[in-house]
Amino acid sequence: MNPSTFAYERAETLDDAIALLAEHGDSAKLLAGGHSLLPIMKLRLAEPELLIDIGRISELQGIRDDGAEIAIGALTTHQAIADDPMLRERVPLLADTASRVGDRQVRNRGTIGGALAHADAAADYPAAILALEASIVAKGPQGERRIPAGEFFLDFLTTALQPDEILTEVRIAAPPQGHGWSYQKLANQASGYALVGVGVLVVLDNGVCSDIRIGITGAAPVAWRARAVESALRGRTLDANAVNSAAAAAIDGVELLDDLHGSAEYRRRVTQGLTRRAILQAAERAAGTQ
Amino acid sequence: MRVPIALHVNGVERQAEVEPRTLLVQYLREDLALTGAHIGCETSQCGACTVLMDGQPVKSCTILAAQADGASITTIEGLAPIGTLHPVQQAFWDEHGVQCGFCTPGMVLSTVALLAGAADPSDETIRHGLEGNICRCTGYHNIVLSVKAAARAAAAGAEAQPVVDRNAALAR
Repeated sequence: MNPSTFAYERAETLDDAIALLAEHGDSAKLLAGGHSLLPIMKLRLAEPELLIDIGRISELQGIRDDGAEIAIGALTTHQAIADDPMLRERVPLLADTASRVGDRQVRNRGTIGGALAHADAAADYPAAILALEASIVAKGPQGERRIPAGEFFLDFLTTALQPDEILTEVRIAAPPQGHGWSYQKLANQASGYALVGVGVLVVLDNGVCSDIRIGITGAAPVAWRARAVESALRGRTLDANAVNSAAAAAIDGVELLDDLHGSAEYRRRVTQGLTRRAILQAAERAAGTQ
Repeated sequence: MRVPIALHVNGVERQAEVEPRTLLVQYLREDLALTGAHIGCETSQCGACTVLMDGQPVKSCTILAAQADGASITTIEGLAPIGTLHPVQQAFWDEHGVQCGFCTPGMVLSTVALLAGAADPSDETIRHGLEGNICRCTGYHNIVLSVKAAARAAAAGAEAQPVVDRNAALAR
């Protein structure tokens, strides 16, 4: 099962890649780890005339902590994020999410930049990226810009990236020390993709929830923030009763997917249930550090 | 269009010019006749095509040969000298971790990488580590036992041993 024929260029620098993309436009696709792109090319759902291999560009690699923010290069693999000691300590929600993507072989090749740019509705990262209020950095012929997570995911397989832009890194302000976190996922057993995935961050102040952010992926064409649940719980004690009743609003205003993997009704129940579990686990972790 | 590639496969330096759409698994099987890397689902789910790329397990059906340029690849054929079994292969034999055998090369290579990172893995670590290798005979129970036996063998300093034909030995 081969992709259609295509030409192949290896970009040595970010500027090379931007120039190639500007030259070839819509007929070209960027290749990083290839774990989203090659499968859809084999199925002939994508038939680019040119692949621009950006997989060796050193500017897109590595994880850096510059004090105010942590920058994760677009080519960082899921496994590298899962294993990174600094991320595990300071942004455990992201490290844990990365450890749950696909399987070991997929994590060894797939990259965070590729996964975000592909924007599969069932991808794991969007939940954490939304809850962390991360920024996506993109560079194109017009220069560099930062896209807030909340403005990045637009629709099924559609992001705010322009056709001539390359996602270069993800920037995250680490949540405060002692925060609680949880990623709860119901995986499709065949593909490992999230049928529903819920990422939660909780900050407690003397046992009271001073901040809570919830990102949900998999259940709808595009990931979302469960803001109704967040506002119901801010300023409250996160006991089981409060969380149970608030979590029901996790699907408010969202049109859920309804397909062979799960009906909308099934996804509604799973989303509400995983939201409840994720909040309770995050609250427990936050309480455990105080 | 052809892309020049140079890579180490099972310790041998190889050079080729491949069509861009050539998958690593195709290059290994069709150009190098290393048919131990199996083609199962072709959608990066089953893990039958697993090989080690610079020591890490990867699915060779979802990597272009051109992307592997410069890499060091180990297939099941390169794990131990011909006529001998790597301790992980021996453990799969001893613990009946093989049924039809289709998934076995991938299982064995994933196990080699798993044990390199976890000398004494728990059942949970083994099952999480082998999530990317599907056994459609569903022989997972004995596969987990095989991985544990391989871990014990590695701890005892086991090295590759000649294949023993046990049926012939029993008949004697």
